[in-house]
Amino acid sequence: MYVAAFTWTEFAQQIAAGIRQGAVFAGLALALVIVYRSTRAINFAQGEMATFTTFICWSLMNNGLSFWEAFPIVLVLAFAGGVAIERTIIRPVENAPVITIVIVTLGLALLLNGLMSVIWGGGNRPFNGPFSTRTIDVGGVPVSVQDIGIVAVSFVLVALLAVFFRFTKLGLGLRAAALNRDSSELVGVRVGWMLAFGWGLAAVLGAVAGMMVAPILFLDPNMMQTILLYAFAAAVLGGLDSPVGAVVGGLLLGVAITLLGRYVGFIGDTLKLPTALLLILLVLLVKPNGLFGRVAVRRV
Amino acid sequence: MKLKLSLEVLGLLCLAALIAVMPRLVSSFTAYEMATVGMYFIALLGLSILTGYSGQISLGHGAFMAIGGYTTAVLSVNGVYGHHIRDLWTIPIAGVVAGAAGLLVGIPALRLSGLYLALITFGIAVSFRQIPLKFDHFLGGTSGKVLSLLTTPFGLPTTPNNWIYYLTWGIAFVLLVIAWLFVRGKPGRTLKAIRDSEIAAASSGISLARYKTLAFAMSAFYAGVAGSLYAIARGFMNPDVFPIVLSVYLVAALALGGVDSFVGLIVGASAIYVLVNRTADVTRWIDHLPGVNLNPQRPGMPDVIFGAVLILVLIVLPTGVGGALRRLFGPLTTRLYSKS
Repeated sequence: MYVAAFTWTEFAQQIAAGIRQGAVFAGLALALVIVYRSTRAINFAQGEMATFTTFICWSLMNNGLSFWEAFPIVLVLAFAGGVAIERTIIRPVENAPVITIVIVTLGLALLLNGLMSVIWGGGNRPFNGPFSTRTIDVGGVPVSVQDIGIVAVSFVLVALLAVFFRFTKLGLGLRAAALNRDSSELVGVRVGWMLAFGWGLAAVLGAVAGMMVAPILFLDPNMMQTILLYAFAAAVLGGLDSPVGAVVGGLLLGVAITLLGRYVGFIGDTLKLPTALLLILLVLLVKPNGLFGRVAVRRV
Repeated sequence: MKLKLSLEVLGLLCLAALIAVMPRLVSSFTAYEMATVGMYFIALLGLSILTGYSGQISLGHGAFMAIGGYTTAVLSVNGVYGHHIRDLWTIPIAGVVAGAAGLLVGIPALRLSGLYLALITFGIAVSFRQIPLKFDHFLGGTSGKVLSLLTTPFGLPTTPNNWIYYLTWGIAFVLLVIAWLFVRGKPGRTLKAIRDSEIAAASSGISLARYKTLAFAMSAFYAGVAGSLYAIARGFMNPDVFPIVLSVYLVAALALGGVDSFVGLIVGASAIYVLVNRTADVTRWIDHLPGVNLNPQRPGMPDVIFGAVLILVLIVLPTGVGGALRRLFGPLTTRLYSKS
């Protein structure tokens, strides 16, 4: 296989592309982590939820709205959808074994995927993103405006979320409910609603990730299927219960997978996904709590 | 307990008789359809040993089926040193290859608890299709491999459709008996002990590692055999023959039917058959219902219904349809057994 000669400019471009991919992985990974912290289960429908909200955005844009007009509407709908899903189908199985919750989310994924196919039809379609694909010069490296925009939007979102968790009473309640359910209930935190709120936030994060990635990948009902696996890898790498870990893990994974795909001929484009899987496996075997996760101690 | 044993043996004999006479009662095409259901049944049987008895979850059994299918395709199309192997004989080899792959997954699975195992096996399901794309010279890439046409071997006096029916259900019956012997004997009791409490099982001297990997390998063997049969019946193998979502269907069907109910597994296998092979037809049927207007080009409705039913069943009947039936008829059968 022919690999073009190495240049530093191209290397920097690959890093930039990796950060852009990583920002999307980080968004979805963060959604998974927030759900994991509130429900102790992994939402296998997170990708389908994200795609569904992206389709809503696409519909709104087809009906004459601009992207930035549709954006807040989609976020509100995503939040409401996330809360509604938690209250209606996750709540009844909350105390069931983890496997049951996993299978319920798989059922939700099937349902949403089928619904998208019924409403909008299968196959992929172009999605006009808010940013131009024109490249500008950043310190001698050509980077597309779209890449910068995606990274900027993701970072603003993560920063807002960090402020929210750290400095608001609601954020404190959310953290308390995730940390110790019973004690939070005793001091008057409405744990049930906190969990629903967590699902809503996760749905918003997923929606943003979906709307950011759709212009690159083209929109189709299965768009997030592979991104979800990368997000799993990012979340596991950072530690499943650490929001900081999800962001760092996402960026690391994005850069690593882009560089490996570009410079390791054997991996190329085809083996990126299995490489991510191998990474999950390695992390789980060597450092099961990830880079930032709390060490789980089990009472025997 | 003797009565229970004899009832179960009687049930198996009735099943054997039913399998034998069925092709005389239905059309040749229906026999082919039933054969496909039988293949999903075999895969579900393996999965039920894994999940129902050892308590491990796998969201990646579609990939093990694909390994079986590819083994059959490679052995019968590429051959070994130019000797093409008759597809019939590749079935056990496909099972063994898939079982070995299951062993490879089962060893790291020992260190992973439920949720992480779900993640890893889901990753296998999603990323497996990249392997045939990467090694496209050997495995055929996207265009795939064309197997020989489904024919009746050894000049047997039956149609190809009936042949694949008898072959599938014959194998399914043998594997069912093996699974039955397995779970009612010492290994089954051991696995149940592990499922209910790993710590208690380990402190009674059970080797967790041996039994858990054994269960994983065995269930992957079943999936491999099912995949091999599927490839033979279709006469074609490419990454889309076993779609990613098949792995999800398998787990979902198991949850729907209940992990340890024979009738439940048949119901589950039929559901998968409809979802994978008959979506367009189901969409047309639903379209005929009054007040429903569906575009048959958009076959998502079966998934919507299946997903909704799955969620409802898990919320309302956590033990699946099979478990609910058992609870309904439980008092009756318990009284029967207690008389012995």
